[in-house]
Amino acid sequence: MVTFVPAFSHTLPQGADYVRILPEIVLSVFGMIVMVLEPLLDEKTGQKILGLIALVGTLAGIGATWFMAQSPGLAFWNMVQVDGFSVFFHILLIAIAAVVILSSYEYMAVQRIRAGEYYALILFGVVGMTLMSSAIELVLIFIALEISSISTYVLVGFRRHEAASAEASLKYFLLGSFATAFFLYGVALMFGATGSTNVDQIYGTLQAGPIPLLAFGAVAFMFVGLGFKVAAAPFHIWTPDVYEGAPAPIVGFMSTAPKAAAFAVLLRIVFAINMPGRPWLIWVSAALSMTLGNVGALVQNNVKRLLAYSSIAHAGYLLVAFAGAPGLGTSAAMFYSAAYAAMNLGAFAVVSHFANAGERYVTLEDYEGLGRSSPLLAAMLTIFLLSLIGIPMTGGFFAKFYVFSAAVKANLIWLTIIGVLNSGVGAYYYLRIIVMMYMRESPKEVPVTPVPFALGLALGTCLAATLYLGIFPSRVLQYTQGAAEQLVQEAPADIPRSAPVPALPASL
Amino acid sequence: MRTDDLSSIILTLVTFAPLAGGLLLMLLPRRDRDIRIFALVISLLTFVLSLHLPVYFHRARTGFQYEIDRQWVSTPNIHYHMGVDGISLWLVVLTTFLTPLCVLISWQSIHERVKEFFILLLILETALIGVFTSLDLFLFYFFWESTLIPMALLIGIFGHERKVYAAVKFFMYTMIGSVFMLAAILWLYAHTGSFDFVVIREQIMSGAVVKFPAAAQWLFLGFFLAFAVKVPLFPFHTWLPDAHVEAPTAGSVLLAGVLLKMGTYGLLRFNLGLFPEQARRNAPWIMTLALIGIIYGALVAMVQPNLKKLVAYSSVSHLGFVVLGIFSFTQAGLSGAMFVMLAHGISTGGLFMLTGILHERRHTYEISEFGGLAAPMPVYAASYLVIVLASAGLPLLNGFIGEFLVLSGAFQDKAVYGILGATGVIWSSVYLLWMYQRVFYGKVTHPVNDSLRDMSGFEELAIWPCAAAALVMGVAPILWLGAIDPAVRAALTPFAQVVSRVVGP
Repeated sequence: MVTFVPAFSHTLPQGADYVRILPEIVLSVFGMIVMVLEPLLDEKTGQKILGLIALVGTLAGIGATWFMAQSPGLAFWNMVQVDGFSVFFHILLIAIAAVVILSSYEYMAVQRIRAGEYYALILFGVVGMTLMSSAIELVLIFIALEISSISTYVLVGFRRHEAASAEASLKYFLLGSFATAFFLYGVALMFGATGSTNVDQIYGTLQAGPIPLLAFGAVAFMFVGLGFKVAAAPFHIWTPDVYEGAPAPIVGFMSTAPKAAAFAVLLRIVFAINMPGRPWLIWVSAALSMTLGNVGALVQNNVKRLLAYSSIAHAGYLLVAFAGAPGLGTSAAMFYSAAYAAMNLGAFAVVSHFANAGERYVTLEDYEGLGRSSPLLAAMLTIFLLSLIGIPMTGGFFAKFYVFSAAVKANLIWLTIIGVLNSGVGAYYYLRIIVMMYMRESPKEVPVTPVPFALGLALGTCLAATLYLGIFPSRVLQYTQGAAEQLVQEAPADIPRSAPVPALPASL
Repeated sequence: MRTDDLSSIILTLVTFAPLAGGLLLMLLPRRDRDIRIFALVISLLTFVLSLHLPVYFHRARTGFQYEIDRQWVSTPNIHYHMGVDGISLWLVVLTTFLTPLCVLISWQSIHERVKEFFILLLILETALIGVFTSLDLFLFYFFWESTLIPMALLIGIFGHERKVYAAVKFFMYTMIGSVFMLAAILWLYAHTGSFDFVVIREQIMSGAVVKFPAAAQWLFLGFFLAFAVKVPLFPFHTWLPDAHVEAPTAGSVLLAGVLLKMGTYGLLRFNLGLFPEQARRNAPWIMTLALIGIIYGALVAMVQPNLKKLVAYSSVSHLGFVVLGIFSFTQAGLSGAMFVMLAHGISTGGLFMLTGILHERRHTYEISEFGGLAAPMPVYAASYLVIVLASAGLPLLNGFIGEFLVLSGAFQDKAVYGILGATGVIWSSVYLLWMYQRVFYGKVTHPVNDSLRDMSGFEELAIWPCAAAALVMGVAPILWLGAIDPAVRAALTPFAQVVSRVVGP
């Protein structure tokens, strides 16, 4: 009889272990500072100071990520892995948080929302998400997922005088918990099938012998849970309602950050646990997401709902990359996440500014004549929308190109054709917004307040990132390719490195 | 030595000069007059720069000249690869020639959002030139899609009553058409590891591409669909009349003059260049569509009560000639097709400008609103006549040469194509001359027309270069054909090989 000896009984965490979760530590500390300071500051000035602290926190988090990147490797008894892949997602997620904080800066005052917990929750949420990108232990992934989800549930309900916001929050919470339960169930099944919750070891077990039937079920359940988080069809129904009710900057946040994190987990699980039949599951989900998202968006009249459907469609494009070959697919998905974050955050930043107090102006008609009344804002929104369509010189174009290129390389011709057709159809509804802004004269005057500095900075960042990824994609692509290769090679190389799979004690 | 230096960057200069001008224009204050002058200077400068291309072009040499090839992105293997041959050379010059005229013709007719208008026009010029100069398929697609936005905005913002409908229709048609090309380009990249046109062509010709025989037909169709929508070939032409009627004059000029040529250029360069066997095999039905386009376009043009729609349908008919010439696979047919492209760019561009001038004064395109205009507007009537005759294919003007060559090529291929195509020439003189008669001859039927102003200085400046070019092209076509012929011969060599492979050496 083999005795089961947990690996961690031998050692205590070393200094390097802490360095490898340094960004998470830094962000948590700043989140707590915000929480503690909030009651001490008066309501007027406090908001700004707290926002500033949160912003500094994200910048410190990026600095910490740089530190972390210097010492790649495993930490905390093979639960956390720092590699190019996780560094990429750390930077992406923290940058998203920084932009969201910037674009919330004035929004909070306009909507008369008390800001203390708001900024803290964003920081805590990001902690969970970054942890998701570096965790290679299913239970830890689950915990990180919960941290990120719970923060997001609360953030969605932050316009608490609005019925729609409360409804959105409740809906998101109920369905979200349900989805997380699915994920947990999948983890349990996987443990049952392979006797481990460590991704590397699971990979080893599945490679070694015949694949137990249970493992298929496990992957399917995990996919359901994560599919909900990324709003992939057929688990997308909640998206429009929640996006409509949530505060606009938070919609920008939740349509990019938790999605990127969930995609990071999916990438690790999907490509590490290289299941047969995987392409089909993803094929169907990708095709459905693209089609349902685009068709749904065609008939929307509320810009937030429209962008919600568009985000479903984009989840579909991203899933196309998953169906491809591991190396190219991972790199394409990483690039797409970054490009999508830049353009979508930008679009939501404009929408949230334009919505004004109480989010009154969110229908398509309100955008009439925006091109004349505030040309700069309209021009920026146009660039973000063009990027979402996938027009050259924007990040969206390159991202889509790269994703479909990966799919063609994997011989998924039909999925590619469905994808490119969808991106053609999708152009229509983004175009509707542009048409409204430039080609219609507004009968009523919609007031547009001047763009405050913080929001300007957020918009500038998104714009620069969108154009940079579209015109000079080389450097980012090289990085993602390097990281993807590392990730793909890691899996097989890991088998001898990690301890042999412990057999289950017979008494269990 | 100096010219060598210039030769390697001239294409970059020509392509991006308008874009740079457009970006500078964004910084200028909103003084309309200065903006117009600046746009004119930039577009003239681009034209002068582009003249370098034909002047230093080695006519006898085949292959691409003024090449520049730098890596843009390492993986995927994307290059900044540009170059022109006798085919694309003239299309670049056509673009740079028409743009200053567009600026002139818009001088007085655009009074609102002047800055935006000229910025969009200049950006469009860059995208159009880029389509003709890029030799990397990614770069080509990049520019190809880039033309969509400025053009759609020009139509949608500065157009007439149903502008939004027309702009969206234009955008969606071409966007959906071109995604199939994207899929085909991606397939080629996946199986050759390159986006470079020259590299891909060599690999295909040497049979080094795996699975190519099975996929070739689909790839051919993918490219074909994108180009056929753009040409527009019957039955993909329905966006064209709407787009033309609603577009502002300058938009129509560039749309008819250059944008449509992107389609025929693509057919010639990619469908023939990369898939000669499939082009051969698919030629019969494509030529049938082209013939339907020629005759159908002409017949519909004949019954149009709307002047601008008439010109738009005449484009469908003329572009049918181009496709007919291309798919005849004869030296004469291809050279003729090239020549029709250029001639059509000049004469239809001119027709749209002239039509725009009339709209300026009366705000209508209805033919029945006019009549007897020769009396109040003699100069206008005279220049209109020159352009109409050029478009109808009168010998000594540019339309004749191209149509003649195309038809002789079609006859060589199959007599019936030539005969049916030749009827198109008859139809075109019918609808054009009949229209001319109804608009200009007879008595002035509507009293308002009595007091119409003749052409202003700017308008004359825009029209006369077109008329002059039409005449020179008609008298001395060799100036153009000298560069076109070797390129066409080179384009046809794979077809000789196809034949010899079937027949034996």
